[in-house]
Amino acid sequence: MLNFVESVQEAVAGIKDGSTVMIGGFGNAGQPFELIDALMDCGATGLTVVNNNAGQGDHGLALLIKEGRVRKMICSFPRQSDSWHFDAKYKAGEIELELVPQGNLAERIRAAGAGIGGFFTPTGYGTMLAERKETRIIDGRGQVFETPIHADVALIKALKADDKGNLVYRKTARNFGPIMAAAAQQTIVQVSEIVPTGGLDPENVVTPGIYVNTVVRVPAAGNAAGTTEKVA
Amino acid sequence: MSIATSLQTSTTPLGRDDLARLVAKDIAPGSFVNLGIGQPTLVSNYLTEEQDITLHTENGMLGMGPAAEADQIDGDLINAGKIPVTELPGASYFHHADSFAIMRGGHLDICVLGAFQVSATGDLANWHTGAPGAIPAVGGAMDLATGAKDVFVMMTLLTREGASKIVDTCTYPLTGVGCVTRVYTDKAVFLTGPDGVTVRETFGCTLEELQELVPVPLTAAAA
Repeated sequence: MLNFVESVQEAVAGIKDGSTVMIGGFGNAGQPFELIDALMDCGATGLTVVNNNAGQGDHGLALLIKEGRVRKMICSFPRQSDSWHFDAKYKAGEIELELVPQGNLAERIRAAGAGIGGFFTPTGYGTMLAERKETRIIDGRGQVFETPIHADVALIKALKADDKGNLVYRKTARNFGPIMAAAAQQTIVQVSEIVPTGGLDPENVVTPGIYVNTVVRVPAAGNAAGTTEKVA
Repeated sequence: MSIATSLQTSTTPLGRDDLARLVAKDIAPGSFVNLGIGQPTLVSNYLTEEQDITLHTENGMLGMGPAAEADQIDGDLINAGKIPVTELPGASYFHHADSFAIMRGGHLDICVLGAFQVSATGDLANWHTGAPGAIPAVGGAMDLATGAKDVFVMMTLLTREGASKIVDTCTYPLTGVGCVTRVYTDKAVFLTGPDGVTVRETFGCTLEELQELVPVPLTAAAA
């Protein structure tokens, strides 16, 4: 069921305490700041958040962490020069961390959306991130068994949606959007522009509308380069 | 002139830029390459148009151009280090699972990474010191180390305390097992593999002098 809603508040209203929430973006590129702000305002807590990072600076995911709404982070690269809110929570023992190599994170998300029960990958074999995991030698290489990551909700950002929920993205802001859209029970997308059915070339659709549940238009902050990023 | 002396190609150790220039020169024309964050990024300054190298960035792009300046800066166009970059003609964008399939699937010719330690058999440690209280962050390092056809490391040979970063066995947590094929340092270029470490060339020292610094047996690489 595809819904178009008028506000980000309405878009996130159904997110419950304890949900697993995938949040798109790599650094600030593709991070759906307005949806995250709305998630913060709606009060949902005890969340497990799946994102590549663990928040930057004092906005978006970083604020959600600061306010104690996130019980667990599943990510590849939590530590950054400006990840002070995560750092403080982690050192205080107030947030759980599941650290996943970035390619395994992406493939585990993809596997969930594709109905795959798990896969063997050479990434991480022989390292501490493979401890206590099943391994096999396949094609002469050590490989580690990794399981899918499902989510209740995905919050992602795309450039445009059409009335069927088909999505196109912009440059490297695409990153985790397409795979998260497929992996979540409810996919909520903020876009800069909504176009009528037929307004997107079907050859260029990146995420088919079948994966999309809710669309909300958030006008781009915009700058000379046409970015859809909010200025950090 | 002994074989050992003949390995010396520079009277002084190489600086970061000279080393980056050397790595760039060693990349075969037409290669698909991923440059890690930090020192490896310098290599892009020395790639020539004739080499026709395509740069991959893990956050979903092939055909990455130089760092963006002034009005080129676009928050939607960044590299793995989250630095604004530019797009070259012929560039392509793809999602994260595809980007890492490009790595893991063995489609990249070379990745160049920094390192804390490299073992005699090519084990790599470059993501975590393992220090108590340190927040671990791995990013794409393990995927790159296992996926690229050739893994080049760029680093200084010695730590600030003077210890060799080429070691018999890594003491830091591993990034990948037996994955490094070549190590570029300020004092020498090392080739690593199942048969141990050979030295291709030295900078500002002889093989004998180098051997005094490195706790694993070194031999001259076959020319």
